[in-house]
Formats: sequence, C-alpha cells, structure tokens
Amino acid sequence: MPAPSALTTPVSGWGRTAPTTAHVLRPRTYEEAAEAVRDCGGRGAIARGLGRAYGDAAQNAGGAVLDMTGLDRIHEIDAINGLVVCDAGVSLHRLMQVLLPLGWFVPVSPGTRYVTVGGAIGTDIHGKNHHLSGSFTRHVRAIELLTADGGTRLVTPEDEPELFWATAGGMGLTGVVLAATIQLLPVETSLMSIDTERATDLDDLMARLTADDHRYRYSVAWIDLLARGARTGRAVLTRGDHAPLDALPPRARRDPLDFRPGRLPGAPNFVPEGLLGRGSVGLFNALWYHKAPRERHGELQKISTFFHPLDGVPDWNRIYGRSGFVQYQFVIGNGQESALRRIVERISRRGIPSFLAVLKRFGEADPGWLSFPMAGWTLALDIPATMPGLATFLDVLDDEVAAADGRVYLAKDSRLRPELLPGMYPRLDAFRRLRAELDPRGVFTSDLARRLAL
Amino acid sequence: MKDAFGTPQSLLILGGTSEIALATARRLIGRRTRTVHLAGRPSPALDAAAEHLRSLGADAHAVPFDALDTASHEEVLGKLFAEGDLDMVLLAFGVLGDQTRDEQEPLSAVHVAQVNYTGAVSASLVCASALQRQGHGSLVVLSSVAGERARRSNFIYGSSKAGLDAFTQGLGDALHGSGVHVMVVRPGFVRTKMTAGLPEAPLATTPEAVAEAIETGLRRHAETVWVPGALRFVMSALRHVPRALFRKLPV
Repeated sequence: MPAPSALTTPVSGWGRTAPTTAHVLRPRTYEEAAEAVRDCGGRGAIARGLGRAYGDAAQNAGGAVLDMTGLDRIHEIDAINGLVVCDAGVSLHRLMQVLLPLGWFVPVSPGTRYVTVGGAIGTDIHGKNHHLSGSFTRHVRAIELLTADGGTRLVTPEDEPELFWATAGGMGLTGVVLAATIQLLPVETSLMSIDTERATDLDDLMARLTADDHRYRYSVAWIDLLARGARTGRAVLTRGDHAPLDALPPRARRDPLDFRPGRLPGAPNFVPEGLLGRGSVGLFNALWYHKAPRERHGELQKISTFFHPLDGVPDWNRIYGRSGFVQYQFVIGNGQESALRRIVERISRRGIPSFLAVLKRFGEADPGWLSFPMAGWTLALDIPATMPGLATFLDVLDDEVAAADGRVYLAKDSRLRPELLPGMYPRLDAFRRLRAELDPRGVFTSDLARRLAL
Repeated sequence: MKDAFGTPQSLLILGGTSEIALATARRLIGRRTRTVHLAGRPSPALDAAAEHLRSLGADAHAVPFDALDTASHEEVLGKLFAEGDLDMVLLAFGVLGDQTRDEQEPLSAVHVAQVNYTGAVSASLVCASALQRQGHGSLVVLSSVAGERARRSNFIYGSSKAGLDAFTQGLGDALHGSGVHVMVVRPGFVRTKMTAGLPEAPLATTPEAVAEAIETGLRRHAETVWVPGALRFVMSALRHVPRALFRKLPV
C-alpha cells in the first residue's frame, strides 16, 4: 500500500492537539506527486504545506500526506506586469525574498510568511487588506491541479469557474495544487508606513474601524480580551500601507527594497503546562496596551514587524506545552454587532487566557465556495487546550455565531460540531456534489474532512 | 475523528451492559459522540442499553460479542471497523467472581481469569491492530486498583486485573508513536450492580465519576487514570507495605 519511501509519522496541526499518523511522502516532481496520489490506497491522500493550519486540515490518519515543500521552484516572474508562476510548495517568505527586490509584493499576506502557495489557495487565506483586496485566491490567475485520477489540468476562473472556486478554500479536497500563477502588488519600498491608535473599549474600536478603514490598505486591531468592565474590548489599532519612496529617510532610500526579517531563538522543546494563565497573560496584555502610543502617524515599520510579529519566534506554538492550543476564529456579518459584543463579553467574563486577539473588519465575501470571509467582523484568539470547560464554552460561542449567520474558519478549526457546518457554509452541498463527481472514490480526504463530513 | 479535546465521534464498547461504560457513553454523547456500538452477549439488558443511548440522540446498536469466544473476535470486531473509523474503544467487560466459591471451584476461577484476562487480551489486540491501520484512536481499558496489589479478599479477580493492567501498559508502549492512544483506567470501589451487597471500601466512587475521569484523560492524552485521583497516592503507599503487615490490613 505505501510507497517504498513512505514513513509512518505522527502529523499534527500548528495547535498540536490531535496528532494522527500517516505515510508522509515528499514528492520532488509533479510525476512523483501524481504517482503518490495514484498509489495512495484506501485511506486516501491530502496535501500539506508548512503545517500552519491550526487543526487537522493537513492530516490524514492511516493514509498518505503529501508534504509539498519539496515542490519549491519559482518558474517564471513577469517583473513588468507583476505575475509569478511558482510551485505550490513555495512559501510566501520565499516569494517575498525573491520579489521584493524587484518591487513586487504578495497580494495577500496572512499573520505568518511561513505558509505555502498551495496552502494559501486551499484555505483561501485573507490578510489585513481583506477589506480592500479580498482573499488570496482572487489574485490567482491559474492553478495547476492534480486530480483524483492522477491527471493534471490547468484551472482558471474563466474556463472552469466551478472547479476553480471550489478549490479556493476547498481544504485540498478537490485535488493537489501543483503550481499557480499569482498577480502581485507593486511596491516602492520594503517598509510600511503605519498609524497606531488606541481604542478604549469595543464600541470605540468598532466605531474607529468603521469610520476610516477605507483610508488604509491594511488594517488590524489587537484586542485585549482579558480586560473587563468598562475596558472590555480595549484595543490597539495598527493601520497603514507600503511606504512610498519619498517617505523614507535618505539613508534608507539607498536600498529601499531591502528585506531582512530578524529571527529570535525558538521556543524551547519542553514547556510546562499552565504557564499561560489569567495572571501572566493579563499582565502581558495590559503592558502591551499601555506601551502603545495613544496616537502616532506614519511610523516606518519593517514588513515582518507589521505583518508577521510571531514569525520572529520559531516554533512559538510550543509555549502552550504538550497539550497544545486551540485557535478560534469566526466572522459575523455587518449588522450583527450585538452578537459580536455578546461574544466578546462572554470571553472577557470567562477570563479566557488569550494573548492579544485579532479583530478585523472584512470586505465583501469572496467567491470561493468554502471561503471563510464575509462582509463583517472577524475575531481570532488562541486558547490553551487544557483550560477546563473549554469544549463546552466554545460550543456555546458556535451557537452564537451560527445564530448570527456567521461562520467558523476551517483552517483554524479542530473542534466544531459537524451539524453546524451546512448553516455556516451554504455552498457546502454544491461542494459535496462536485467532489462526488470529480473524486467518486474519495481519494482526497483528511482528518478535517472525516470529522466534519465535508 | 477525535476533536482537539480528544472527544470521539464514534465509540465501540466491549461489555455493552457495563454501568461504567454506559455512564461514559452518556457523557460522550453529550459532547460529540454520535455512533455507539454496544458489543456484548445478546440480552434484553444489552438491547435496553442501546435503546437508552438512542433516546439520547446517538446512533446506537447492540452487537453480539462473547469475550470467551476468542476465535470469533477477529471477525466480529473486524466487521465493525470495516463499517467506518472507530475513534475510541472502551474495553469494559469483566466479572468479579465470588472469591470464596472460586477458591473451592477452580473451574469458576478459570472463568474469571479467562473473561478478565484472556478475553481482554484477545479483544485488545484485535482492536489495536485495527486502530493502527486507521492511524488514530484511543483504546481505553478498564483495569482496577485490585490489580495494583493482590489482596487476600479478592486475589483471583485482582490477579486477572493485574495481568490485564500489565498487558495494557505494554501494549500502550508498543503503540507509542503509532497514532493510537492506550489508556489504563484504575477505578477503586465503584458502586454498581457488580459490587452490590459487598462492603464498601474507602474512597468509593460512582460510574459517573469514572466517566468524567475518562473524558479528562482523553483530553490530556493520559496513559493512566486513577478514580478517584487520590487512589494513586494511597496505592503507591500500600504497594510498599511489608507482606506480613499487608495481609493483616482490613482492606
């Protein structure tokens, strides 16, 4: 059943909560990838990138997991029109290294650069510019897709809109993305010009985000969910755009596209459980809030500082100890602000020891069938998995989210009840039908797909 | 699949009328469990248990299974695994026997040993290899504090549980890193129909408390669970009491 090079290896998501074992294969060519799919046996196959999905999306218990990082070639760069053709295993980090000196930037960057292009399409990632630019796959012009029969085809939104938009956010279940053509964003410098301001509570925060998000290309708020009472929902907003050349001091203008993100030593291998409690996290959040300026304009920041603060600490997911952590991210549509307020109050009253959570206002929903964003509010928070009563608490939040016609993000999920899914993702039926047609034997499957019956 | 908190969606109970197992099933059905196979000797009690779990919203049904008929285990259990992944197997069958009678009648002592040890070894191995093929799942085995140190008053039962306990620990080590989680559960005196009429031991507990401890153990990927937790320390002290003194203890 497994190919000769296959090893049975424990595989888990970034949250490290529910490891399962699989035959991990690392194809180096498209042909090897096709072979792995053809020979994967009864328990199917799923593609995996850099393992940044928090839950079980890139796990496949007892089956094959295709580690796509071996397919890491950048085939073509059109530096005039800003197009790149690259393999699915190329990371956004690598793209930035290569493209920034040419004056181009990735169209959408999530909170970490260490995701692959394939993963970015499979989960249809969003970034701090969602309100303006939409999700990642909107900027993808073509996908080279390996399908269940072992064949490959070039899928574009014009020729095969159904397959293209089912693959965008399709969690790797329509096939393996082998390569993609991506439209890039022109930039003059590698620095960001950032405005920072504090919001004293949730209402203040929402008012500020509603009032002038449209003036910024990038916008995000870091919210202190441990603050209570009148301070509930206090936050620091950081918003900005790529700095134009004339905003740089003369020295920096000599090498405006320099990209050298710093990296600290990684988190240790063993961290005792329960290090992160209400006290320690609450103190951190309070310090962080008070050290932020009340208002500051045009500060120049590195790309890594603004977009990827946690990438500076390798393996930061280990700080939650052996039992790992859960990330909960949901979106609630505009007009449902009262539900958002109730959820934030619940979290704050409960004293969930969550480091700075992220609140962001999304733009219009994306065309991907299982894409997460919708016009409204999204909140993301990390919680240690050992917290007593957490399972039930999150179930209650799910009910609130579902009642407000919101949804939970599959790339982060590790615990949703399957029965809530069809209500959250209205195009799930169409997705299931397309899968049944395209992949009648169910070759592509994952722990997430089994758990939620995708 | 199990979720981030180790809660299974499908459950196989071996010993489908066990009160501890049913308390566990009830608790897990309240979380994520939707499919429950209740394996046991066909009886009205087994059907009633399945009916009860169905009334809680689970897709539960009885499966004929005899711990003593080890030759049939592969086929009976293999068929269940072929129907779909089983996220958790709870091995809960066992008999207490009657110490006084069993000492007089070796054949009834053999019965205790065969159900509690031989049958459990066979069923565990069959399930372990199926779990290993699917690459995930928990095998939870009900042992007992009685197996920690055999006592004058129930050493036949105790020794069978001692064997099962040692076997399960070894199996857990063998499966370490395979994606299969093996957990030994060592309850103290549990108030059930199996222990009805017996003098209650200190730190007596209930099937519901054992169920809760199992759920917590699943969440923490625990390898050993004592119920109540304090028994771990009590037994670690009792283990070192000299024989001459131990046999005189009123336990």
